[in-house]
This record gives sequence, structure tokens and C-alpha cells, in this order.
Amino acid sequence: MNSVLNPVEVMSEQTVQSPPPADLKPAAAAPAPPSMPERKPLTKKDLAADHPTWCPGCGDFSVLAIYLKLIEKRQLTHEKITTVAGIGCSSRFPYFVQANGIHYIHGRTMPLASGISLTRPDLHVFAFGGDGDAYSIGGNHLTHTARKNIKMTYVVMDNWVYGLTKKQTSPTSPVGFKSKTDIWGAVDQPINPMKQLVSAGASFVARATHTNPNHLLQMMEAALDHDGFSVIECLSECVEFYEGAFDPSNPRKGGQFNLVPADHDVTDEVAAYKLADAPFPGYFGIFYKENRPTKNKLEADIVAAARQKVAGKKDWEILQDTFNRMK
Amino acid sequence: MAPCYSAESKMRPASGAAGEMNRPSPPARDKIRQKMSDLATTAGVSASVPKISKISEVVIRFAGNSQDGIQAIGGFLARLAGRSEQEVMTFMTIPSTISGGPSIFQVRIGSGDVLSAGDEADVLMAFYQHSYESHVKAVRKGGMVIYDSDHVQPNPEWEKDYRHIPVPISSRTIEAIGGSGKDKGKNIFALGLVAKIFDLNVPKLERLISERFGGKDQSVVKNAMMAFHAGLGYSPGNLLETFQFVESKRHGATQVVMNGNEALAYGLIAAGVRFGAAYPITPWSDVMELLRRELPKYGGTFVQCEDEIASISMAIGASWAGRVAVTGSSGPGISLKQEALGWAVMAEIPLIVIDVQRGGPSTGMPTNVEQSDLNIACHGGHGDAPRVVLAPTGVEDCFYTAIEAVNIARKYNLPVVILSDQAIATRIEAFEEPDLQKVCQDITPSLDTVPDHTPYDLDTVTGVTPHLAPGTRILDGKYPVATGLEHDEMGHPTGSPRLHTEMTAKRRRKLQNLAAELPVPQVYGPPEGNILLVGWGSTQGPIREAVDRSRAAGDSVSSVHIRQINPLPPGLENIFSGFNHVYVVEMNDEGLYGYGQLGGLLRARFCDPKICGLNKTDGLTWRVREILQRVKETVAAELRKL
Repeated sequence: MNSVLNPVEVMSEQTVQSPPPADLKPAAAAPAPPSMPERKPLTKKDLAADHPTWCPGCGDFSVLAIYLKLIEKRQLTHEKITTVAGIGCSSRFPYFVQANGIHYIHGRTMPLASGISLTRPDLHVFAFGGDGDAYSIGGNHLTHTARKNIKMTYVVMDNWVYGLTKKQTSPTSPVGFKSKTDIWGAVDQPINPMKQLVSAGASFVARATHTNPNHLLQMMEAALDHDGFSVIECLSECVEFYEGAFDPSNPRKGGQFNLVPADHDVTDEVAAYKLADAPFPGYFGIFYKENRPTKNKLEADIVAAARQKVAGKKDWEILQDTFNRMK
Repeated sequence: MAPCYSAESKMRPASGAAGEMNRPSPPARDKIRQKMSDLATTAGVSASVPKISKISEVVIRFAGNSQDGIQAIGGFLARLAGRSEQEVMTFMTIPSTISGGPSIFQVRIGSGDVLSAGDEADVLMAFYQHSYESHVKAVRKGGMVIYDSDHVQPNPEWEKDYRHIPVPISSRTIEAIGGSGKDKGKNIFALGLVAKIFDLNVPKLERLISERFGGKDQSVVKNAMMAFHAGLGYSPGNLLETFQFVESKRHGATQVVMNGNEALAYGLIAAGVRFGAAYPITPWSDVMELLRRELPKYGGTFVQCEDEIASISMAIGASWAGRVAVTGSSGPGISLKQEALGWAVMAEIPLIVIDVQRGGPSTGMPTNVEQSDLNIACHGGHGDAPRVVLAPTGVEDCFYTAIEAVNIARKYNLPVVILSDQAIATRIEAFEEPDLQKVCQDITPSLDTVPDHTPYDLDTVTGVTPHLAPGTRILDGKYPVATGLEHDEMGHPTGSPRLHTEMTAKRRRKLQNLAAELPVPQVYGPPEGNILLVGWGSTQGPIREAVDRSRAAGDSVSSVHIRQINPLPPGLENIFSGFNHVYVVEMNDEGLYGYGQLGGLLRARFCDPKICGLNKTDGLTWRVREILQRVKETVAAELRKL
């Protein structure tokens, strides 16, 4: 078991389980509890699910491949990971991974993932989404999940365009980008995701691109090992509606892939802003990282303190004490 | 149908026979009324020893400003009634201003059944001129008006109709407590005064006061006791009569006293809910504040989110993770949650959504009551998204409805909306203590390995497929995705016309199966007759009292209260067929076609033209008198049409 997946008792100290309501059980006789077969090491084949529906050449394929590689490399067992996403091309992600997943509504992945993370310390929550999901409709949630430092890993696959709805302006589309909603070229100043994430209080902020898979894997491993809210802004090209957007960051297309300078202090917020200010293609790597208590930990502390006061009491007895004061 | 109720005395005298105790015959009432009006005319003449009269119930209205601790007095009286095995019901208004502003608290205490907070007060305790002027008309003629003579200048006109008892509440409180507290504590002085007039159990009240203030500085308890005893020892010069409650017919059962929001929150805890998320909004906030404070004791957490959408999403995340979670709101917040609610229907995730209704639409009337969210609860959001809607009928029912909701959500894997309202939320009632050892349940999810899992199995007759908590190992290696896209049996997206038809039917079938399991509602009163009043939610008390009064006057009126709104319980058509008129009594608009929201639902369901609406939108609870008046008018209007 990997260090990030501390097997913590699920949700409460209770071990007695109530049977579900009698008629919940399927009509057919329940099969005898299966014997637990030996676990074989996970392979990519075990992990792949539906064939991705993305367009050929889409950057998202490489993010998916790296995610599967990460699971395989760290041998995160199927049932210990959850893959959640909102709406968008990239948000189809959960269907392509053989693990418990959620394909949620547009923009609300962060609070959904938070609900899982806060109640199930035994699971690692991976969230995926695009620039619309993260920075536009879900912008508010990103800010608050970051400041609360809820433990999870969020990979934003940023393609600078709305692809699923066929080429409208996105919050990261550069000024002048011609789309169906900006036929004369986009006029609104785009979001600078890195600046926004750092200022919101995300405790791990990294930047990667789909054209450098090895670097992306490093970033994802670092994010997985971070005890807190870790975000990776990953450039992921839309070959259909914004072809060539990221060429200046791709050495194979004559661009430059600049790593974050070796002397960059990842705990220095101001330095992170300066990196984020560099004109495209900018830098890749960890911009900011801070060790700060997660909400998971802070809430667990509150629970532990409260439980100490009622130690040895059954739930109904705790409630009885409260009711005795209401007589 | 023309009974005259307006002159009825509600400070009911007790006659000799035990069975008669709570329902005195009309002549007895007349006698007492006579007696009281005599007293009214002799008010002002000092009497050395007040006489003692036996009563079976009383309605007292306290009127002051919200910072005077008006609610605290009501709370004490309610709790005392609970400990004395009496019935109690309260009604309060809170100003929508941030701090201060006029506020009232009305409490009705009785030795018999107390169904509503009372139409008219027997006693008004007015702290200020504005409280006196605004509320004197709420007192029945011949009733008692106790006023703070330091602040109130009585109106000679009104002195003819109501017995006026001046008490220098503020100065006496200051005298009793001294120090720099000014008139802080005058609510407790007033409580002492009430204890004297109604011969309340002083040791029990003292214990309540020390419990209430015990957590604070010892001097606070001491001051409160001093104020209480000053009130208790004060002898108003013209108090001619004090009262004693006849012995309650309730015996043995221990009672707990709380408001509807508390009952909902504790019901959820008893049901095993250990996670919730919400955004503050009146009048829902109390529930989240309580859960935030209490859940950690049980190993749970409640999270205050950035907005309403985040709240329901976080609750859905936690529910999906294995244990039914709760979110809640009022008014605007419920509108915001609709998309996510629809997702939970589609993905078949259990969830509890509490809607403490207030006046709408939009920001509406945040501190008033309305039953205008029935439509959004049943039909909100886009698409065909069937969900269960339950409406508790009172404070006690809030506790049990919460448990019922959790069990339905778990069994059928769908969201359950609990439609409470501002009136239940703030109303304090005493009810029989639940057997907690029996009702508390543990719903920790099972993570036992399974051979395989089909999350949206179409082969089940009931449409119900169990939800598998993540963390469960599935031996065939096929893990489900919960999705809002139309999907096949494994949760993969599909555009198949056949699957959309079958999945839509599956989601609907779950509710149809639930409906078949629901109990047939009980008719209050005879099962056949002229008029049937149909209600839901917080109006049960006043409707039943209206039935009682009508029947006492010889009219053929019964009522039925519907607790499950979606799906509707079985057997309603049989009930309706026993009556000539079916009037749906609701606190919402009569709508374009003359019937309110439940009325519309029942019309659509039963195509029965005799279903009519009795609706109102003043943001206040139904008074019994109001219901009777409206029934009378509606019957008369129908007769004219014939």
C-alpha cells in the first residue's frame, strides 16, 4: 500500500453494520461470499476501460496514458482510487479508467470530490476537467477548494477553447482568438490559471503539457504524494478547434520547453507569480508548494476532540444525553 | 355550516367530570365568559386575595423586541409544559432585521390536546407601547393585558374591553438585580410573574433557569434567579384571579421539548447521517448550525460551503462515497440545487435534501411561512426526474420523517426532499421521547468484496439496484461510473432510444413501488361526510382543530393530512369518494385555475372536479377561525353556483 493511501478506518469507529432494509437485497439468492483471490500486479490492460471517444490526435490521450501509467507504477488498486470529472471533452475521463468514477455536472467537480475526500480518507480522489469546468463555470469552487486545502489531485486539461460544444471562446482563450462566439477575435482578457491558483491558496500548483509525458508523470507523482490540494494545469491541445495552440511549447514543433529554473523556491509565493507572468510558453514544473494542514486533518481533529468527550458511549447514548437536556 | 365561534373562551374552565375536562360544554363556556366579563368591569378595584380558578389551557402572547429574550420566556414555558406532561405549542415571529425589532412569542399550554398555537391570546404581556398597540387586538375580549407600566401608556378605550394589569417590569427588574445590567433580565421577571398568575411549578422553573444559565458565569444564574423571584413575589394591585391547570390527562410518558429544525437535525443523527454540507439561509440555518456542532460527537462532519450548488454536490459526493448525506436550504437555495438534484436522480444516488420553506418567489419573505415549494420539490429541474418528497406535519413528525427519508433514500437510491416550513422550524412542541436505543441506526456502508456489480440493472422488477460504495473490491474488475448521461446497465453513456425509454421507466418504477408500500392516510373524523379538508405539512394542527370545532357545532367535516407528497399514498380516491366537497387547505397561491400546489397535483392525479383550493398568501399560519370562515364562504359560493 502506498503511503498516500493510508488505510484509515472508514468514517467512524463503528464496526457493527446494520443490514440494509430487508427488501433491498436482489431477488436472486445472494451468492456466497467469494473467496479472495490473490492480487496480481495491475497492468495497463486491467486499467483501461471504454475506448476514448476523443478526436484522433487529441492531447487528452496522452494525459490518460500517463494517468494509467501512474496507477500502474504506484500499484494503486482499482477500488482505492476514484476518478471524477465534470462536463467537457476531457471530463469524459472516468469512462476510460477501470475504477470507481463519477461523471458529474458541469463545473461542480471540486465540491463533489471534496465530499468524497472528506468522508473517505482511505480513497485517493483524482479529479479531471477542462478549462471551462475549472476556470469558468467552476471558478468559485476552485477558489474555495484551494483555500480549504482539501486533499485531492486535480488535473486541468487546458486547451484554450470549448471543444465539446464546437469552438466557442474559453476563459483561457487568448485575446484575438477567433471562435464562433468571437468571430472578430476574443476581446476579453484571459485568465492566468497559475496566478489564480496560487492566490486562491492551492497548496500544490504545477504546470505541464501533454507533449512531454515523462514530465507530466513526474508532476502527477509529486501531486499524488502531496498531502493537500494539488493542481496540475496541463496544456492539452485541441487538434480540431485550436490546432497548433501550444506549438511554441513543443520542441518537436520548433518551440521551447522551459523547466522551472532549478533555483526557484517553491515556497515563495511572489516568485511563483513571477514565473506565472512569463509570456507563453512560460515555464513547466512545480510553481508553488506549501505544507499546510488539510481540511481533512483539521476536521478529523475536531472529530477526535469531540469523540474523546463521549468515549465509550454508543451513538444512541450520546443522543440520549442531549435529549435528557431537552426535557 | 354557520357556527359562531368568535366568542368562544379559550382559557377553558374545567368542569367536574374528567372526561369533560378539556371540552367544556357550550353552556359552561358561556357561564365562564360571563364571569370573566364581570371581572373586566370590576378591574381596578383592589382585591386583597385573588381567587383561584381551574383552567385547562391558556394562550399567552409575549410582545417586545427581539433582544429582550422574548423567545427565552417562551422556551422556558414550553419546556416546563413538557416536564409537566402537558401539551404545548408555540408560535413566534422574528424580525427580518439583523438585530432588534419587534418580536412576539405566543405559547399555548394545555392539559388536553393542543393542536395549534391558538387564534386569540388569553393573556398579552406587552413590554413597550408599540407591542401593546400592535397586539392588544390579538387578545380575546375580556382577556388579560399585562403591561410594563414603565413604558406603556394604556388606552382608556381598550381598558373597557381587556383587564389591564400594570406592572413596572423594567424598574422592578433593575431593582431586583441592581448593578449595571439595566433592565436586562426583565424577561425572567416576566416569567416569574406568569408563574405566579398561573401557579406554575416553581422548583421546575428554577431548575430550568439554572440549567439554561448554568454554563455561564455563576452571577448570571444568581441574577436570573433574583429576577425570577422578584416577578414571582410581585403582587399586582388589581390582580383578582389566578389560575391553576387541571391535571393533565397524559401520564407516564416522558416528553422532550424542541423546535422543528432541532427535531429534523436529531432525526438525521438518529437515522445514521454523519455528513452534511450547506450554505446558510433563513430559516434553514439552525439545522446546519446544530449538525455542525453535534455531528463530530458521532464521528461526523458538516461543512459550510461556498454556495448552494457546492453544498448539494459535496453531499452527493459523500453519499456516493457510501453513507447517505444531507444538504438543505430554503427558498432561493432550493432553486440553485436543482441541476445537481436531477443528477442524483439520474445517477441513482441516495441523498437527503431539506427545504425549510419560506415565503417566495425570489428572496420573498425570509422570515414568513409559505407552502409554495411543493412544485419545485416534486418537479424542479429539467427532464423527467422523479424524486421522493415527504412533508412532516409537526415537530415530532420532523424527527421520524428524517429517519423515514434516510431509509427510503437508502432503499431506493434516490434523493428524498423533506418539505418543512418556517412555522414548524421555529415552533416548539413537547412530544413523547423517542426510544432512542430502538430508533437509532447504524448505516455504515459495507465494503465487502463482491463478484460483480451492475449499477443500473434493468432486470429488477422494482427498478431498484443497490448502490455499491467505492472501496468495494469487485472481483471481475469492472468498476461502475455514476453518470448524469443516459447510460446502459454498466453506466456507460448511450444514445440508444430503447435504453433511454427503459432507464426512464426504471427510475419512475422505483417511486411506483414505493407508493404501493405506503400506508393509506387516516381520515381525521368520520370517513364519510359532507366536507373533507385536505392538508399537508405544518397545517395539520389548525385543520384538525377546525374539524373538531365544526363537528362540535354539528357540521359534517373531516380531514386528511398527506405526509408523502411524491409519490402520493394509496387510497386517496376512496377517501375522497366519501365526501361531497374536498377542500385542499394550503398556504400558497390559488394559481391560475383556482387551486394551489397540492390541489393542482390532486386534480391532475384524480381528475376530480370537486377538489377545490382554500389558499392564502399572507405569510402567516392558518388560524382555525380563518379556515372555518373560508370553508363557510366556499360552500356558500358553490351553493350559489347551483
